[in-house]
Amino acid sequence: MAPPSRLPDTAFRWLALLAALTIVGLIALVGWELYGGARLAVAKFGVKFLVNSTWDPVTDTYGAWPFIFGTLVSSLIALVIAVPLGVGTALYLTEMAPGRLRQPIIMVIEMLAAVPSVIFGLWGIFVLLPWLRDHLFPWLQKLFGFLPIFQGAIYGVSMLAGGIIVAIMILPIVTSVSREILRSVPNLQREAAYALGATHWEVIRIAVLSYARRGLFGAMVLGLGRALGETMAVTMVIGNRPEVSASLFAPGYTLASVIANEFTEATTDLYLSSLFELGLVLVAVTLLVNIIAQLMLRSLAGSGSGKVT
Amino acid sequence: MSPADPTPTPRDARMTWRRFVDRAMAGVMLLCSVLVMAPLFLVVYFLFREGASALDLNFFLQLPKPTGETGGGMAHAIVGTIELLLMAVVLGVPFGVLGGIYLAEYGSDRTSYWVRFAADVLNGVPSIVWGMVVYALLVVPFKTFSAYAGGVALGLMMVPLVMRTTEEVLVLVPQSYREAGLALGIAKWKIILVIVVRAAMKGIVTGVLIALARVAGETAPLLFTALGNNFWNRNLAQPIAALPLQIFSYATSPYDDWHRQAWAGALVLILMILGLNLLVRFLSRDRNFD
Repeated sequence: MAPPSRLPDTAFRWLALLAALTIVGLIALVGWELYGGARLAVAKFGVKFLVNSTWDPVTDTYGAWPFIFGTLVSSLIALVIAVPLGVGTALYLTEMAPGRLRQPIIMVIEMLAAVPSVIFGLWGIFVLLPWLRDHLFPWLQKLFGFLPIFQGAIYGVSMLAGGIIVAIMILPIVTSVSREILRSVPNLQREAAYALGATHWEVIRIAVLSYARRGLFGAMVLGLGRALGETMAVTMVIGNRPEVSASLFAPGYTLASVIANEFTEATTDLYLSSLFELGLVLVAVTLLVNIIAQLMLRSLAGSGSGKVT
Repeated sequence: MSPADPTPTPRDARMTWRRFVDRAMAGVMLLCSVLVMAPLFLVVYFLFREGASALDLNFFLQLPKPTGETGGGMAHAIVGTIELLLMAVVLGVPFGVLGGIYLAEYGSDRTSYWVRFAADVLNGVPSIVWGMVVYALLVVPFKTFSAYAGGVALGLMMVPLVMRTTEEVLVLVPQSYREAGLALGIAKWKIILVIVVRAAMKGIVTGVLIALARVAGETAPLLFTALGNNFWNRNLAQPIAALPLQIFSYATSPYDDWHRQAWAGALVLILMILGLNLLVRFLSRDRNFD
């Protein structure tokens, strides 16, 4: 089969390969540009940057700790809220829901995933924050005020508000990935438990949840990855104050929101460079978390093409 | 033991308890589902309640009024968003689709495993990071924020999304289509472009629309690339307004009238995005090949 030239074939193959490799190129680009921008701050502050809690543009001193703290705390709050709700919903959808309810619920959750961050932020400022300030927070303080995390003045804008809005935003992904995981539990598992006389809930607890435990953990890690990088909605409700406070009612600040707020206002080179280093920290952490999540979910899916996004 | 047994045995009590737990947990799961769905209804409800009253023809036709004057609109931001999305498509679709073709048609080797892995990981990179990267890449060298930079930031975000969905639909095209082409002696690249891609066209378009809906509401990557402005922009090398940016700056402003406009903008944005999603739903109703 010599006559038809194979050149176009080879050329097309290479072109496609090149396009596929842009992905790898993009990861390299992200790392390179962020590192390039952060070099000045890395050289100036070294490792101390991560643990120093002073962020003061006036004296040109920058430390990342308040933002790392805020990102971790708001993401943890989000997970504490979103994981039980998401897994519960996924269980309801796979194990309990009558067939005609299933599709509408899935559609609502998909639409929730489509709502832009900035719209959640807008809603957060004008609807959620007043409600939290006037109802939920005072109530929490009355009931659990003896705990340090529920003490102090209530402004509305707070770490807890940030965590709640992030929880809403990661609910769809936690739910849909959990649902995929639960659907992959073999029916034999369930039937075996039913045959032993288990009730519906016992089947779920014994056969389904214990089987799916690792996968659900993977869903949680994936949710964490999203939570860490949430920007706009958090920026609008968390209060944007670089402080480390034990109280969840106190304003906080996250890595992503300080970048969003201060990047275009950075007046000195060192200021801008420090913001780049915050970006570098953010990317390093989210990439790590995402890689862990993908590896966990992939090892479950077996072959390479895990359909999880 | 029959149901009429008058004296409950410990076994009965145990069974009653198990039944109770079963019913209770079913209730808890239903409650979870309701709580997960509630935010969407609350957000949409308030968007209509607050946004609809601020929405009039001027909103679509006029520019923002100077601070202090009421009225005006976001015409420039609506057009800006559309321009940015068009640029994103121009950048994101060719790379995404070609890469997806590689993964589905050529890659059965380790390369494609890692590319797939990289694409999934890249999907998890926070969107604000794309803003920083493009700032360093395009804004610093050209010394100005620009519509181009905004388009590139959104386009880069689209690449992994489009790549994965393209791959997924191409894999669904039956092997027999390719074999038919091979039997006719058609070159592989022509088989792919003329037979396989065409068969999967609807699915690919759907994937592009999904990616578009996803980036259409992005604010963070535009903050330091497109930047936003308050007037018509006819030069893509200059800053450009976008609906999400305008919503953000109005929502965080101290003026009531701007808050109203932010709600109206949000209503328009969500209708655009839900519209895209409905279109996707409509297109992907019959995606199977049998």
